[in-house]
Parts: sequence; C-alpha cells; structure tokens
Amino acid sequence: MRIELAGLSLDPVRDLEQLTEFSFMAQALEAGAIVAVMAGAIGWFMVLRRQAFAGHTLSVVAFPGAAGATLAGLPLALGYFGACGGAALVLAAVSRPAGAGRAGESAAIGAVQAFGLGLGFLFVTLYSGQLNGLESLLFGTFLGITAAQVQTLLWVAVAALAALALIGRPLLFASVDEGVARAAGVPTGLLGLAFLLLLGLAVAATAQITGALLVFALLVTPAATAQQVTARPGRGLALSVGLALAVTWIGLAIAYFSPYPVGFWVTSLSFGAYVAVRLGRALLARRAEPLGVPA
Amino acid sequence: MLAHEFMRNAYLAGSFVALACGLVGYFVVLRAQVFAGDALSHVAFTGALAAAAAGIDIRLGLFVATIAVALGMGLLGERARPDDVVIGSVFAWVLGLGVLFLSIFTSGSSGGDGTAAVRVLFGSILGLSAGDARLAAAIGLLASVALLAIARPLLFASVDPEVARGLGLPLRAIGVGFLVVLAVVAAEATQAVGALLLLGLMAAPGGAARLLTDSPWRGLALSAALALGAMWGGLALSYEVASVPPSFAVIALATGLFALAALHAKLRSSRPAEPLPAASRLSRIEA
Repeated sequence: MRIELAGLSLDPVRDLEQLTEFSFMAQALEAGAIVAVMAGAIGWFMVLRRQAFAGHTLSVVAFPGAAGATLAGLPLALGYFGACGGAALVLAAVSRPAGAGRAGESAAIGAVQAFGLGLGFLFVTLYSGQLNGLESLLFGTFLGITAAQVQTLLWVAVAALAALALIGRPLLFASVDEGVARAAGVPTGLLGLAFLLLLGLAVAATAQITGALLVFALLVTPAATAQQVTARPGRGLALSVGLALAVTWIGLAIAYFSPYPVGFWVTSLSFGAYVAVRLGRALLARRAEPLGVPA
Repeated sequence: MLAHEFMRNAYLAGSFVALACGLVGYFVVLRAQVFAGDALSHVAFTGALAAAAAGIDIRLGLFVATIAVALGMGLLGERARPDDVVIGSVFAWVLGLGVLFLSIFTSGSSGGDGTAAVRVLFGSILGLSAGDARLAAAIGLLASVALLAIARPLLFASVDPEVARGLGLPLRAIGVGFLVVLAVVAAEATQAVGALLLLGLMAAPGGAARLLTDSPWRGLALSAALALGAMWGGLALSYEVASVPPSFAVIALATGLFALAALHAKLRSSRPAEPLPAASRLSRIEA
C-alpha cells in the first residue's frame, strides 16, 4: 500500500479519477459504503441501548470465527456469520445470570470475549503461521475485495436494514423505556434477542472489511456523535449513517494516498468528529449558562 | 515440568500476575467496570506498539499508556462518570492508533517483524527470562499489596457509595487510585496472557466469585484463588499439550470456572433464597 502522497494532485476531478482507477479501489469504496450504512444504523440502536460492551464482544468474536473457518477449510463468510450469530445467542443467554444483576452480566460478557479471542489465537497457532493473515483478520484489509463479496455484503445489508425497519418502532420503545414497553405488551426479551442477532449479522459483514478489532469504531463513534447532536430518532439515525459513510470514504481515500493504514484514518476521523461535537456542545452550554441560570 | 527454566519463570511470573488479576478483577466486577478494564487492555496494546515503533522498552510504553489513560478516565469520572459510550469511542480510536504504530513498526528500518504484535496481543509467558519473571513477580506482588491496602475503603465505596460519602471517605481519590492499580495490573498481565486476553483473567474469576458468595472478603480471596488455579492449570495444560498456547489454556480454564459458577448459581436460585438487605451486606464488610 505504498502509493505515495505525491500521487495527490489536489485537483479534485483528477484525484477522484485516480482513486477509482483500479477496480480494487472501486470495490473497496462500494464495500465501505455498504458496511458504513449498516453499521451506522445498527450502531445507533446499540448506543441507545447502552450495549457498547456487547457490541465490542460480538465484533471481536469475528476473529475466532474467521480463524476457525480458515483452519477447517470452510468459506470465511461462514466463519464470520456463524461465530457472530452464535455469540449473539450466547450473550442473550448470559444477559440475565441468576441474581448477579448488571455486574454479573458484564463479567459474563467479558469472559465470553476473552475466551473467543483466546480461541482465535488457538486456531491461528494450530494453523501454524501466516502472521500477515492474523493481522488482516484483526485489523482488516481493503485490498482484494471481490465483486462477489460486494454483492454478498449488499444482500446482507439489505436484509439487516429491512429487519431493523420492521422491528425499529417497538425496539425504539423498548430501548428508551423497557419497563413501560413491557407493561404495554411489547415483547422486550424477544426484541433484545432479535437486536443482538442483527448486531451480530452487521458485525460479521463489517469485520470482513475492517477487521475484527476495528468494526467497533464504525459501530460506536458515529452513533455516539449523532446522539450528542440530536435526540430525535429519525435525524439521529440519518446523521449516524451519514457520518459513518463520510469517515469511511474519506478514510479510504486518505489511506489510498498515504502510507498509513485505513483503520487508523477511519478511527481518527470519527473520533475527531466526536470530540469536535462534544467540545462544541460544551461551549454552547457555557455560553447559554449565564442566561439560563442567574448567578 | 519444573525442571525447565522457562517453566519455572512462567510459574513465578504467572502466579503473581494471576494473584493481582484475581484481586483486581473482583473489584472490577463489583464496581461494574469490566468495560473500563476492556478499554485499558486495548490501551496496553497501543502503548506497547508505540514503544516498539519508537525503539524503546515495550514495558515502558505499556505502563505509561495504561496509567495515563486510567488517570484520564478517573479524572473525567469526577464530573460525569464516563459511560460505556464515551469509553468505547475513546478506545476505538486508541485501537486505530495501535494499528498506525503497528504499521510504522513493521515497515520501519528497525527491521521489526510481525511477531512483536502477536506477543503483545496474545502474551509470551513462556518466553520470559529469569530477570523478566522476577520483575513481573515483584510488580504483581506490589500491585496486590497496594490493592489490599485500600481494599477496605474501596469495598465500602463500591458497595454503597452514598453511605461512604456520608462518612467522609474520599470517593474520588479511591476511584482514581483503583483505576491506577487496574492500569498497572493490565500492563503487567499483558506480558503474561496478552492485551486481548487479560480481560478474561480479571472478569471470569471476579464474576465467578461474585456468583458464589455474597461476602466481600471471601469473594476477594476466592477470586484470587480461581485466577491462580486457572493460571497454574493452564500452564500445566499447555506444557502437556504442546500445540495449545499457554494464554489460551489459562483463559479457557478461567472461562470454564466462570461457567461452572454460573451453573451452580442457577441451580441454587431455582430454590428461592432470601435476598440480603443492604444493611447486612454492609455489616459483612465490617466483619
């Protein structure tokens, strides 16, 4: 990936042409757009439901899934979707261990996560070698994404977003006020399970592009930024998706022209946006304070 | 098995790492800060790779990075206790930085190779020299002693912060102090089981101890004992079965113990038990 920054001409039309000159880059941009839209939307619900830890655990489980599939000679996609779907079921099962409350739940999630990562390491060790492979499983690669992969991603994303649209309204209700929702007859337990499965699906698809350790950046940061800006669901979802898309495309473009990895650029851009929004809000609040609260 | 020097070193360092992890892990679970521990373990990865990229001792990067982030989290926590989303946003970026350092390190003229990243991520307890092992043991012991020194007020502050505040305990200093000990233990455990797996050595024994007993002191001892058991058993297992890496064996045993504890708790709770009122829980700390 040593296409030097000097390749950048600062002429937007030429740079854009250069960016899409190779089919691998066009496919990377397409795949990036698909996973960003999916992660932005599902991440918004994840942040709303305060399930960042569960989301992170699901995303790292993609690693043993892929490593296990490689070891067993199965298709990689099967490993990703199998592991993340299975982990979603496990998390749903442990989310209420007897009498330990929320602390017990997070201990269980932590144990699942560490065990998953350990399992991944075992598989890689048994496969004996290819450290480059390990690195791209963990940190992703946007080289060599095939047109067939883009097609699969597209179908997964359409299915996931359709399912999310279907359960969106009751899920929102259940996420904002679980007690009231349950009293109103909303099946909150079932919705929670369905959402974890959707999250697993989205993570499995995204991890194939971003690597298991960096999925989380696309899930959590754009959504957290959007929820800083607006509490309204429609706008928040749109903003989260827009941000995820923007950081992915800009990150891919910068990585194309620079020697540094795309994961670094995507996480830095999204974190930069998050910090900027928080600072902006803090400044606004300070300015508004003398009016609102007389000293 | 103990005739080999590398196994003796592994047992020496591993025992004290496990002791510290078990003690700290109990509080991590009790204070519902597992996600903070998760974040610190990823910070350890970035710190170690930054040091590797800069060509300095990896341990320096580990300790500086984790302690700095722990202080940051603790100080932010004064006004608004940093929630999962804030922690998540920060550590997603820290991981991105880690990737940057990894690429600088592997492409740098220092001639680094991919194995450094693997060692940091998944540990290298069988590769410790005698000096490394003694240092690791000393730091693990120090962290355990420091934690036990603040254990009493820390338990109080964790179980009932309102009452503790009313009694004039410096909650903020206790919270920051705990995060710093957690950071030291995380940096320490990275060398043994790796940045990605150390969470298991904290959360699983701590969670299991919480499930098995309501008494804080017994829980603390149990958590340390479970972590030690997982470490000793895991090292022995990886010695007997050469293809199983030690960090996986340790984490698998710790997770298995947690699963057994959860099963036990589930069976016990099918007979309805009387929940302890808060007052009697507090009196158990005093006991």
